[in-house]
Amino acid sequence: MNKHVMNEAIGETRLDRGTQGVIGQGVDRYEGKLKVSGKAPYAYEHLIGEKVAYGFVVPGPIGRARVKSIDTAKARAMPGVLAVVTGDAIMHSSAQPMGPDVPAMKGEIFHYNQPVALVVAETFETARHASHLVEVDYEPLEGHYEMEGRRETGRASDGGPMAADTKRGDFEKAFAASEVQFDRTYTTPSYHAAAMEPHASVAKWDGDQLTVWSSCQLLDLNVKQIANGVGVDASKVRLLSPYIGGGFGSKLGIGPDAVLAALGAREVGRPVKLALTRQNVFQATSRRGETIQRVRIGATKDGRITCFAHETDTPNAEGEGFFEPSGISTVFLYPGDDRLVTHRVVTTDVLTTSAVRAPGEATGMLATESALDELAEQFGIDPIAFRKLNEPEKDPQEDVPFSSRRLLECIDEGARRFGWADRPSKPATRREGEWLVGYGMASASRANSLMASSAEIEMSADGRATVKTSMTDIGTGTYTILQQIAAEMLGLPLDRVDVLLGDTSLPASSGSGGSWGANSAGSSVFVAAEAIVEEFARRLDVDASTLTLKDGHAIAGNRQIPFSEILKRETLTVTGKIEPGDTSDNTNQASYGAHFAEVAVNVTTGETRVRRLLTVGTAGRILNMKTATSQCYGGQIWGIGYALEEELVVDPRSGLIVNHDLAEYHVPVHADVPKLDVVLLEDRDPYASPLAGKGIGELAIAGVGAAINNAVYNATGIRVYDYPITMDKLLPRLPEEVGAAA
Amino acid sequence: MKRNRRAKRSMKLKINGVEHELDIDMRTSLLDACRDHLGLTGSKKGCDHGQCGACTMLVNGRRINSCLTLAVMHEGDEITTIEGIGEPGNLHPMQEAFLHHDGFQCGYCTPGQIVSAVGMLGEVADGWPSHASADVKAGAALSGDEIRERMSGNLCRCSAYPNIVDAIETASAKMKENA
Repeated sequence: MNKHVMNEAIGETRLDRGTQGVIGQGVDRYEGKLKVSGKAPYAYEHLIGEKVAYGFVVPGPIGRARVKSIDTAKARAMPGVLAVVTGDAIMHSSAQPMGPDVPAMKGEIFHYNQPVALVVAETFETARHASHLVEVDYEPLEGHYEMEGRRETGRASDGGPMAADTKRGDFEKAFAASEVQFDRTYTTPSYHAAAMEPHASVAKWDGDQLTVWSSCQLLDLNVKQIANGVGVDASKVRLLSPYIGGGFGSKLGIGPDAVLAALGAREVGRPVKLALTRQNVFQATSRRGETIQRVRIGATKDGRITCFAHETDTPNAEGEGFFEPSGISTVFLYPGDDRLVTHRVVTTDVLTTSAVRAPGEATGMLATESALDELAEQFGIDPIAFRKLNEPEKDPQEDVPFSSRRLLECIDEGARRFGWADRPSKPATRREGEWLVGYGMASASRANSLMASSAEIEMSADGRATVKTSMTDIGTGTYTILQQIAAEMLGLPLDRVDVLLGDTSLPASSGSGGSWGANSAGSSVFVAAEAIVEEFARRLDVDASTLTLKDGHAIAGNRQIPFSEILKRETLTVTGKIEPGDTSDNTNQASYGAHFAEVAVNVTTGETRVRRLLTVGTAGRILNMKTATSQCYGGQIWGIGYALEEELVVDPRSGLIVNHDLAEYHVPVHADVPKLDVVLLEDRDPYASPLAGKGIGELAIAGVGAAINNAVYNATGIRVYDYPITMDKLLPRLPEEVGAAA
Repeated sequence: MKRNRRAKRSMKLKINGVEHELDIDMRTSLLDACRDHLGLTGSKKGCDHGQCGACTMLVNGRRINSCLTLAVMHEGDEITTIEGIGEPGNLHPMQEAFLHHDGFQCGYCTPGQIVSAVGMLGEVADGWPSHASADVKAGAALSGDEIRERMSGNLCRCSAYPNIVDAIETASAKMKENA
């Protein structure tokens, strides 16, 4: 195994030379033709033509209870019903991404409409019908369904995505002594990932060997979770996820469907297909926790931030360690010698909370980037000038250098392109017909991480390359960028590189999550390709650094040799592995950007429309300009949803997630989204990975909602502290007279 | 309780020009008939409640949420699924445009978006107005706002919306050229 540990900055590579000319290019997606023609098989769509059975989940109709008995007789008596699976092993929600454990019900109902049984039948229609005949007898238990009134019980979890507390100096003392004190509390609601493909699994037993096709992001962890849930050794399980209909964090851990389908298949002795209903997805997978965030900033009279505190309360189910890490950017984005970032988990008996796209930044920067806007105004300083005044030179928490931080360049470029100079200098002063118009901006940052990952490249005797790794493509463009990296490194046209993903029988990978996928899996392909180049050089008896590869030929001095000749009619197979190293510790790595929004608020109805949205970003090397830009559109649009629309509502009396479908949980639709602008600046981060790239998928959501909130303030003079900014929050406070109707 | 437990019925469905004879539960939706019984899995199930548009098919040329209608109701109809729009070696201009403009990411809503877009262009050609039309009697011209309004029944959580609008504009022009 060829391994590269990221202990120092990478120098010039074949990617920089770009001899083949494919890296970075906005080429069409590798698997695109299959997706636009409906030929890409998602989890549920395997075993076509085989005799299978269909599963349907029985939900537990109460928020918290001990199950006394489950009467399955009527359901089992229905013709076509093959089995009703009950028992301790029924998974009641999705697994967390931190470890191999799975949440089994063990005789209890932990949250409203959790799975308590699975009906398996000859047809989907019969399974669905019979699910209504299963009777659950339970003893209700006391449940707590909101944080309100119980915030003092919050616990500091050591099992979350970051340390519960990050402190430096003495914030309280510094804040008390500050010339200017800013103290605001913001709330964000619970959100749902709402990927378009509901979690689905097909499970097939062959003796004691289990094969599962499921919609999963982290296959090498997920296969262990399935094994744990079913009670078999992980070596007996193979998991495949070649195509995934969106994840956004909700498929980092397995859904209950993976284990339920396997249990059902074992019981009925034939493969079982189980797709969660949309209602199941909302109520039995995972969600992003709501937050209450207190932001305190101390500053000098002339506008210099001296101390910063960001304290978050957020819920999770009993025993769950995950928390929404709202302070994750605050730790390094803002200056101040005295610092305090805390998270407390309030236990509630509601569906487990877990990672959703940009855990932390997506909620935390709604608060902090709105706070900066308000504080800048208090000082009478333009928000951009205020950020320039407060740009730290090094990581203010750890005192290590930033690997690269071009935030202010992004802001300046954005301001220029957007026409920031035309911003109404006073709020609620620009009116166009029945619309109040305002501009707002916000910074974006997303912490970068590199994960261990491996990939194999198989070069066939005729000089074609196939990349193989258990890595997943959740819509991010992984197939395509791995093809591009291999093609560029090996000097092959794109149509001579194939990519196989999403199968645990392939070399173990980082999986998709936390925007680390492209950098991690891509680097493993880089390492494997380097090893092939080394082998070519050895066979040609030249130094690898003098070898140029292009269009399937090796060029050494005045020789030009086709790969097929070097390979001598044999297949060459090489595995590469990347591991994070010292650069993760001795530099602070993040992607940066800036958002600019123009909104119009209807003076009569309070409806907010986003008219323009521009994001300028830097994320190291961009591997494919087209797919990277698409990722950023996605982040911007999620930002529109978080600012104006999305809110998962839990009934505090019962724990029921009230808006458990796509009619009532409002994700942005076509009509909510104007033409968007994304600009990615040419950038390299040699500390981040051999590719000199950084994460991009989550950068563009970080801060977008705050830019919109700041624009709403600029339009109306109304500051909203409770997201989303719905009409009811603006209507009572809309100004009577603004400017002249155009 | 006396009830006919045999809810099955034989039915004929004409899908993408091919006649299929099925003996299935009468409660089977048109979507599930295709996905579970005919191996036509291109149409997707995103919600099963007509809320997301991933299952969009054309029935006699008009858009329909195939999860909201029973298969047995469509004997004699001309049904078109994504498989009937075009194939990898022979893509429809709308599919080509989605590919080139990156009008998708995960790809799950994509067949529904594409079928919906093809159906939508037919509605515009027939002069159907929308909420975005300034004058409902004036006939409809395709614009960005019209596309966004008319496509709002097709959700895309990856949020490829800007690229989808570009793709539809490109495909529309190409289809007019070819016509």
